[in-house]
Amino acid sequence: MALDTAAVAKIACLARLGIDPQDVPDYAHSLSAILAFVEQLDTVDTSAVKPLAHPLEATQRLRPDVVTETDERDEFQSVAPQTEDGLYLVPQVIE
Amino acid sequence: MHLRSLVELATDLQAGTCSSEELTRACLARIERLDERLNAFITVTGEQALAAARAADARIRAGQAGPLTGIPFAHKDIFCTRGVKTSCGSRMLDNFPAPYDATVTHKLREAGAVMVGKTNMDEFAMGSSNETSFYGPVKNPWDETRVPGGSSGGSAAAVAARLVPVSTGTDTGGSIRQPAALCGVTGLKPTYGRVSRYGMIAFASSLDQGGPFARSARDAALLLAAMAGFDGRDSTSVQRPVEDYPAMLEAPLQGLKIGLPREYFSTGLDAGVGAAIEAALQEYSRLGAQLVEITLPNTHLAVPAYYVVAPAECSSNLSRFDGVRFGYRAANPKDLADLYTRSRGEGFGPEVKRRILIGTYALSAGYYDAYYLKAQQVRRLIREDFLRAFELVDVIMGPTAPTTAFRLGEKADDPVSMYLSDIYTIAANLAGLPAMSLPAGFVDGLPVGLHVIGDYFTEGRLLNVGHRYQQVTDWHTRCPQGYE
Repeated sequence: MALDTAAVAKIACLARLGIDPQDVPDYAHSLSAILAFVEQLDTVDTSAVKPLAHPLEATQRLRPDVVTETDERDEFQSVAPQTEDGLYLVPQVIE
Repeated sequence: MHLRSLVELATDLQAGTCSSEELTRACLARIERLDERLNAFITVTGEQALAAARAADARIRAGQAGPLTGIPFAHKDIFCTRGVKTSCGSRMLDNFPAPYDATVTHKLREAGAVMVGKTNMDEFAMGSSNETSFYGPVKNPWDETRVPGGSSGGSAAAVAARLVPVSTGTDTGGSIRQPAALCGVTGLKPTYGRVSRYGMIAFASSLDQGGPFARSARDAALLLAAMAGFDGRDSTSVQRPVEDYPAMLEAPLQGLKIGLPREYFSTGLDAGVGAAIEAALQEYSRLGAQLVEITLPNTHLAVPAYYVVAPAECSSNLSRFDGVRFGYRAANPKDLADLYTRSRGEGFGPEVKRRILIGTYALSAGYYDAYYLKAQQVRRLIREDFLRAFELVDVIMGPTAPTTAFRLGEKADDPVSMYLSDIYTIAANLAGLPAMSLPAGFVDGLPVGLHVIGDYFTEGRLLNVGHRYQQVTDWHTRCPQGYE
């Protein structure tokens, strides 16, 4: 399936991914080529095949519900672009 | 000193004929002198390395050393290293000193290995040529106009150029094995779940797996032994004892059944590469192995399935880069949406964006069944091909990559042709199987890799298969000109 420039702009918006408008045609071209390549998957009938999500088909391991991590907020926030009083700062959301 | 193997260096250190500090200084000096040509390192951690080397020397003197104590290594810049920049080859993380250690980082430190630096890589491990790195491409030491392969290109080039004896890598679709092949070194991707993914920056979580680069299978066995093992912090880590890899190296290959999938020797394979692989297989015959023709009928669907599964998981994993908690933030955002959109738009390079877009599309409403679900179904077919094959044979062999190293820029504008560089390696990731690339000859002065795929958790057998071959061949000892 080929993607046009409007479709690329919509996907970029869904992904919250800024794309320079002048690059959109290039993306439309390369993404369409990838999708055309991926279409080979349709040559095989998989109607009776169960999807494989984990290569070893392992299920999620459970652990006892106890605290194992200590509070390292200050250290983790030391790499944040902007914080104040232990909070991450972003532009104002509610007027 | 730089031509000595890890095993020889460990012996030297134990015997006291050299110290880890001397060895580390020698490594750092070589990196300083030669890496300008290669660009294999993003960060060189000289001071920390010398401190770690001195601690290793004390440990050796105290008689508490293990086989890796005091051995310098290079660490792919995808593994978190506390206090040291962990960029993942991206502008997004150019300002990110990791606040914690990956489990692999921790285990290697505990083993006393000395990290000399963080290696260059394709951005977020997305690439097969190391050309998508924010820090510029790595050059192949065999021909500096050519790519080293990717995504672990820096780690492969650093070992090939004898800058370090061993290094770490990660492999989502071939990112250890393909650069190992193109640079003429030994590289192994373990079974999915064998090496902890904790602190290894995620690309496609159901495929990603860390592993070793070394000049020989014997050295790789020692590094893998230190990297592997159960980790409660990785939800897909496997609870199963680690085999004693070094102890398994010498087993004879008499009666080993090697499967040759006819699909791996068909169109698209470079004739010179094919001839080198043929010669390697004859060597295995002489070692007593039996060659058996097999078929993996869904081989042609592996790359298409991968380019749905990997981008889908990538688009989900990379949603964490939002300009709020860590990493790059765009200047003067006008609102929150603008902050997200521009931070991501400016922080990610074109190939990463392409994969986020494909993945977002494949997972979006109305397309999930047609793409992601379909790819997961095909993934099962690919796995079943292997399960049937391993009822007949012990290992599967073929070429690691369809060609030798290509020129810088040659495939940069054509994503699909770049993706086909991984045509032989991707299926092992989809099935979660261990696989290895071994140096197996040259075509026009460029290395060829022999690909060996094993059944689940047969890393020890693979290393044994590699080691016995390396005892009767010398491809793995060849050193690129200018780096002797």
